[in-house]
Amino acid sequence: MKKKVLIVDDEPNILMSLEFLMKKNDFNVFIARDGSEALTIVQQENPEVIILDIMMPNVDGYEVCQFIKKEPSLKSKVIFLSAKSKQSDIDKGYEAGADYYMTKPFSTKNIVSKVNELSILT
Amino acid sequence: MALLFGIAYLGEKNESSRWVKNPYVYALSLAVYCTAWTFYGSVGRAASAGLDFLTTYIGPILLAPLLWVLVRKVIRISKVQRITTIADFISSRYGKDTSIGALVAFVCFFGVLPYISIQIKAISKSFTVITEGLTVESTSSNIFFNDTAFYITLILACFTILFGARRIDTHRKNSGLVSVIAFESLFKLLVFFVIGVYITFFLFDGFGDVFNKAAKLNDFEYLITIDNDEGYSEWMWLNILSAFAFILLPRQFQVMIKENTDEKHLLKASWLFPLYLLLINIFVVPIAMAGRLIFQDIDIDADMFMLAIPMNAKELGLAIMTYLGGFSAATSMIIVSTTALGVMISNSVINPLILKNNTETKGRLLLRVRQFTILFILLFSYLYFKFVSNRFSIVSIGLISFVAVAQLAPSFIIGLYWKSATRIGAFSGICIGMIIWFFTLVVPTIVSTGWLPESIMTNGLFGIELFKPYQFLGVRGPNSIVNGFFASFFFNLITYLIVSLLTKRSTKEINQAEVFVDIFKYSKFYESAVFWKGKAMVKDVQNLLERFLGRKQSELALNHFQSKNNIDQNITEADFRMVNFAENLLAGAIGSSSARVLVSSVVREEQLHMDEVLSMLKETQHFISDNKELRKKSEELAEAGEKLRIANQQLREIDDQKDEFISTVTHEMRTPVTAIRASSEIMQDPSLTNEERAHFSKTIVEETQRMERLINQVLDLEKMRSGKMNVPVEVIDLNQIAVDSLDSLSPLIQEKGIKLNTRFSEDNLPVLCNEDKIKQVILNLVSNAIKFCNKEDGKIALTTNRSNGTAELSVGDNGSGIPVESRPLLFQAFYQAQNQTIKKPEGSGLGLTISKKIIEYHNGEIWIEQNEPNGAVVAFKIPLMQ
Repeated sequence: MKKKVLIVDDEPNILMSLEFLMKKNDFNVFIARDGSEALTIVQQENPEVIILDIMMPNVDGYEVCQFIKKEPSLKSKVIFLSAKSKQSDIDKGYEAGADYYMTKPFSTKNIVSKVNELSILT
Repeated sequence: MALLFGIAYLGEKNESSRWVKNPYVYALSLAVYCTAWTFYGSVGRAASAGLDFLTTYIGPILLAPLLWVLVRKVIRISKVQRITTIADFISSRYGKDTSIGALVAFVCFFGVLPYISIQIKAISKSFTVITEGLTVESTSSNIFFNDTAFYITLILACFTILFGARRIDTHRKNSGLVSVIAFESLFKLLVFFVIGVYITFFLFDGFGDVFNKAAKLNDFEYLITIDNDEGYSEWMWLNILSAFAFILLPRQFQVMIKENTDEKHLLKASWLFPLYLLLINIFVVPIAMAGRLIFQDIDIDADMFMLAIPMNAKELGLAIMTYLGGFSAATSMIIVSTTALGVMISNSVINPLILKNNTETKGRLLLRVRQFTILFILLFSYLYFKFVSNRFSIVSIGLISFVAVAQLAPSFIIGLYWKSATRIGAFSGICIGMIIWFFTLVVPTIVSTGWLPESIMTNGLFGIELFKPYQFLGVRGPNSIVNGFFASFFFNLITYLIVSLLTKRSTKEINQAEVFVDIFKYSKFYESAVFWKGKAMVKDVQNLLERFLGRKQSELALNHFQSKNNIDQNITEADFRMVNFAENLLAGAIGSSSARVLVSSVVREEQLHMDEVLSMLKETQHFISDNKELRKKSEELAEAGEKLRIANQQLREIDDQKDEFISTVTHEMRTPVTAIRASSEIMQDPSLTNEERAHFSKTIVEETQRMERLINQVLDLEKMRSGKMNVPVEVIDLNQIAVDSLDSLSPLIQEKGIKLNTRFSEDNLPVLCNEDKIKQVILNLVSNAIKFCNKEDGKIALTTNRSNGTAELSVGDNGSGIPVESRPLLFQAFYQAQNQTIKKPEGSGLGLTISKKIIEYHNGEIWIEQNEPNGAVVAFKIPLMQ
């Protein structure tokens, strides 16, 4: 069975690139354009990995991550993918329960290998 | 008597102990005011004239609240200038002048002498009553060595000299004397109380009984009402008179000012002392009534009721106690008064005379002079008692004394507050007052002895009607003492004021007036505050001090002074501070005018000219104004500091904003860069189809354009922020710009199915502007409206019109609108980016910020308001060309 990846971002071009990459690497890909959409999909699909932007309208990435980590039935690994690159932002991401924090712009190779690595763990 | 010596000795020995220096002892010592006059005389007066006796006590009681204001000032001045007597005080106030000091001393001498004599009278009379019985007429011999009063006088002189005048430095506190006075005050109060209780509650059945029985006396009504036929003015004048006496009598000055150890004691005394007066007066009327009732048929001097009543009841113990109480009252008054008078006369009258002729005089001689003066005063009082005061009641002589002393009131009290009072003014005021006093009040007593013809009283002096002593210049009150007081005081005051205004002050007087009136300003740095010019050798000053104070004490004082003021021990020439210091020190010992004479003998003083004093005064004023300037400067500095702090905070805020701006800009740039990098990396994959490759390359182009736009906008904004925007302007119709702007956007509007509604003003709207910039603003507003209008049924309205000399353009949409509190925030850079609750639209987040800058550049305004029924309106206006 294909592993599920949820990509959450409000930038259409970034979303499109990531979707393409993940499909190419044989993942079952879901996409969400904001936090609330993401929460619905997470509860329906319980994906192995979530690539999560932080700055989004309505519900931001930190809140989505915290929700997932608090919910025992959800096993998703969370990778933050954000333009926020200050150390304090990174720390805040890990405090919210992230498994990995990657800054934008990102290397396609790195993100693919990280998603592969985490998807096996679940 | 032995007890007195004992207490005085103990008080002297425990000089430093606390009980002497406590406010209760101080308040009790003030009660030296209550003499034999109070003890015997009040009863006598109450028995014949009713409530009149109270005036003597109401005056001081009314004055008590003022003690803190008035007397504290006097105490402070006296401490700083080492003043010990009232003569010294007044002479110091008017330039340390010898003549006025002597005049005041004479006033006090003539005022107080009869007063002392009535104390002797009281002692001797009560002695006679107690030893020889009630009805026996005074048999005391006219030959003095057979007369007990004479020996009592001598013993009192010894006591006074021992405890009042043993040391030359009068500035030192006489704690022995004070403790005796306080003790006697307590004792006389106690005795009065015991007798009062005895008479009221044992001989009669309480106050009610006494009054009920007394009501049968034919003049009862008169006795218990206040001046029913003479009006209240007499009462008022007697009150004023006793208030003056309370402050000005030499003995009051002695206990209240000189012996004061702590200014704060005044606070306690200002209620304790009135309380004392109240207590000692409670039983006066009952005793007087009782006396009248008991001795209805026997002719007994009412002054002696206090003694006569217990004796009549065969209570010898009580009688002796009463006698001792009266004795206490009389002796304490005699002792303090003679001490004060003795110091005053020797320091203000005799010493200056001796020193003027012979400045080599030793301190010992001056001390002897003082001691002899005391003896002399007492003997003189004795003689006065023998020949004059036997004929008058205690109270009337007391009041005559009061009037004499009251002559000092204008120079003393007004001098404390009025700088322009002059020495000549004070001198002539006192002289006039004393002359009138002598004529209106003393002459009648002399006439009554038969030494002057009766015609003065009935026809006036030289037969002139106006010069009748009891109706001087036609002042016709019913009370001769009030008449005399009024006339003498009135002319004294008028003379003092007028002469002061007409005469000029000497430099020394100006100095002293300054120091006296503003004592609380000067008392801290007194030595340096007095203007003085001259030269003296340290050695001479030192010798002078040694002669009067002794080697040890003067060395100690000088060393202390030098170390306090950082003066080199080895200097030979004394500066003005040291000379002033020495003069003060000497003034404490021998009075200020004597000290002045002595100091001028060693100092080659240069006469100060008026302009020099003025320049010195100016210097002080400079000093004060420099101080003010300094304070102003430091206030300004504090203010500047505060401004700086605010400016710094603003700078820091701007800095923070800048940081925030840069971090937001770089953050905004990361987004397109991320898309570009991801797309490029994907394109490196050779397995990509052509279609996919085209898609990603299109993304790269789009994101690069977005990047370019962002960079341009940031640069634009930065240019406008720093005020460097310099674009060409021309006059152009705003409607035209709006139409052109809409043209470029209409394809997008149509594509999104949005209804556009335009309403242009009928006439042209010529504005001076840069067409491109204004177009940029309109495009920004319209594309915002496209972004935010209702997604299903989008509507946009663009309106222009003319209003109040401006051209106005507004763009409305039918979106969800903008809350009032967010409206101003929208013009901040990247507001959207920072506010996550707003659905992130396309665009950089700099559009409105840039629009605002452009409109402000054109001297216009931009704002947001509510659209009806829903949505937002963004509008701007810029000035129209005329």
